[in-house]
Amino acid sequence: MSVKSPQSSSIDLVKLEPIFETYKNMPRGSLIPVLQAAQEAYGYLPTVVLEAIAGQIGAPISQVYGVVTFYSQFKLVPRGKHVIRACQGTACHVRNSNLILETLKSNLGVTPGDTTTDLQFTLETVACIGACSLAPVMMVDNEAHGRLRPERIPEILDKYRS
Amino acid sequence: MRSLEDLPRLNSAEELEAMKNRVLPRIAIRKDPHAQPYNDITHHIMICCDTGCASSGSRAIVEEFHKELASRNMERSVEIVVIGCHGFCEMGPLLVVYPDDIYYIRLRPDDVAEIVEETLINHRPVPKLLYHDRETMRPIVRYNEIEFYARQNRILLGNCGHINPEDVEEYIAYDGYKALAKALSQRDNTAALLEEVKKSGLRGRGGGGFPTGRKWELCRNAPGEVKYIICNADEGDPGAFMDRSLMEGDPHRLLEGLIIGGLIIGAQEGYIYVRAEYPTAVRRVKNAIAQAEALGFLGNNILGTEFSFHIHVKEGAGAFVCGEETALIHSIEGQRGMPTTRPPFPAISGLWGKPTNNNNVETWANIPGIILNGGSWFAEHGTDKSKGTKVFALTGKIRNTGLAEVSMGVTMREIIYEIGGGIQNNKKFKAVQIGGPSGGCLPESMIDRPVDYDSLIEAGAMMGSGGLVVVDEDTCMVALAKFFLTFTRDESCGKCTPCREGTTRMLNILNNITTGKGKAGDIELLEELARNIKLSALCGLGQTSPNPILSTLNYFREEYKAHIYEKRCPAHHCVDLITYWIDSDRCVGCGLCRKKCPVQAIDGAPKKPHTIDISKCVKCGACFIACRKNRAVFKK
Repeated sequence: MSVKSPQSSSIDLVKLEPIFETYKNMPRGSLIPVLQAAQEAYGYLPTVVLEAIAGQIGAPISQVYGVVTFYSQFKLVPRGKHVIRACQGTACHVRNSNLILETLKSNLGVTPGDTTTDLQFTLETVACIGACSLAPVMMVDNEAHGRLRPERIPEILDKYRS
Repeated sequence: MRSLEDLPRLNSAEELEAMKNRVLPRIAIRKDPHAQPYNDITHHIMICCDTGCASSGSRAIVEEFHKELASRNMERSVEIVVIGCHGFCEMGPLLVVYPDDIYYIRLRPDDVAEIVEETLINHRPVPKLLYHDRETMRPIVRYNEIEFYARQNRILLGNCGHINPEDVEEYIAYDGYKALAKALSQRDNTAALLEEVKKSGLRGRGGGGFPTGRKWELCRNAPGEVKYIICNADEGDPGAFMDRSLMEGDPHRLLEGLIIGGLIIGAQEGYIYVRAEYPTAVRRVKNAIAQAEALGFLGNNILGTEFSFHIHVKEGAGAFVCGEETALIHSIEGQRGMPTTRPPFPAISGLWGKPTNNNNVETWANIPGIILNGGSWFAEHGTDKSKGTKVFALTGKIRNTGLAEVSMGVTMREIIYEIGGGIQNNKKFKAVQIGGPSGGCLPESMIDRPVDYDSLIEAGAMMGSGGLVVVDEDTCMVALAKFFLTFTRDESCGKCTPCREGTTRMLNILNNITTGKGKAGDIELLEELARNIKLSALCGLGQTSPNPILSTLNYFREEYKAHIYEKRCPAHHCVDLITYWIDSDRCVGCGLCRKKCPVQAIDGAPKKPHTIDISKCVKCGACFIACRKNRAVFKK
């Protein structure tokens, strides 16, 4: 497997135990919820975690890897403390969401999919978050920010900086 | 609101009725301004904290109310009720004060003290916080007199914005789970219940418009003891958010529809497959399931009968193709969400090889009303072949963005101009995009047709999930088609060649056209590719992916031609085809544009007309925006 997983030796697999405990009685179809819970616990999905999950579920690692790479939610590399998802949906598109994304890119110095070097922010795009009435919008973690204008971006980001 | 542990298990329809009668006095002041206050609570303040209003700051308003009421020792006489979407998201954060029935909009935390003083203590509205009619500028106190609401027919969204979605007792007070009790009383004759669904004429609200009753019948008649039902809450169409609002604003209605569906179809388990991008909806639905289980609406021996039914929530992991039912089923099974060929149809062999019926949120949520009031009640609304009401999400360059529920058959013009208030900033209407990436664009000449499943197909669009994105003269239709193609190309699962390669090829051509590299024959090639992909792609995502191109080519062919042959973007949108220039007669030499230009392409002495050096200009548009007042900078 060509997944680069930093410091895989230092990853503590103990965090997986309660997850396995929760799903132990529902083996069918539990791969995706287990992966979601694991990503919640680790922030991303390191190789050793994928191997442990494959072992637990009794599926080949290739199958687990196939599922992980199919869904955009799953990440194989560490992400920032805060995840920014700039909406690129239709309603946002016609209200110039491209300017918001450009401002985020230049403010953070990263392109979508990348994480800032201080590990504070990961910038992603999303197809639609269903807050179309407030277009253009972005989510920072689970919080939606609507009616954005490029000049509002710096103050919003500052709120999350620590 | 009672905690989960305090909810009693209900064992009969009579116990449900008794619970309703116990709860009614608690919410009486919302229905009748002269009702007796319950437990000395004189006012209910209903504040929307749906995704839309929350991002406009409604949670800060809630906190401010708690603080203000505490400082005046009024906490015990005022109940703050967090509600789901009221629909008029444009005006958020919004709230309604009962029993006065006053609707306040666009609130800020500073407004709270005044509302408490004027409305709660002095029983007067605060005029500046009311909605003002756009034409007469008259303030409107009651929300149902506002044009946005007055023209709607809110049946399905009837509870949204009127009940606390986290309080099952409020749902019960509004006749919640009464349809379930009625259905259970006829459980020996579920064929008659199915007949009601068929009689209603309800068609799938997720896109295709297949008659729901007939779909259920296929699964019901399929051989096998174990059957499943699925609620597709993977609302992936950009520009549609009615399913999110239903789950956030009235989650028990969805559950009730699913339980009744399970009874009629003969299923024992149901799955709600919901997008992970909807955290509030996931939380509310899970909370509703726990309450329904505690009360005995879900689980074993529902309402004291031998009928048992269980619901599980599955969170999607971000793949648009999972809205396709075979892909969705594979995703629930924990696999890659790739579609498979039909037949076998899921009604025969679906989830884990068992007969499975799948409908979307809006379809399921219509079921309780149909069972409670009868199929013919539902069929009274709508047109000959499209019955009932439909919720549309109004977005884009429209004044009143939000959710609107109307009877099928109203015209698009009524929806856009009367409910939606027309186009923002007095711009000219150009088109309305309906049906998401699978749908099409309708121009001005088509918007007087009635909106129903069949007339939209005839016009080259489709109902889809009901997202309406209105665009004005500043939107380039070629760029809009490119936007959708980029989306379907990215979301193509790659399993079949027509979709994987075809969308990429079409996108390349569109990229060329919008960057001035279009050539003669491009339009014909696009049309040929589109026809072939429609015929040969494996699933709905691929088959409908050419629709945005075909409908824009059909109605806006001249725009494509202008891009290709004249290297001109008529909407002045495509960056490679526009230039910026300064009108020397209008320029007063204020220097604003010069200061804003990031590449120093603008030159000029103070108070003298400025000029743009085309060779340096990167066409960012900063000068155009900076000169909005003087209007000396032009695009051409």
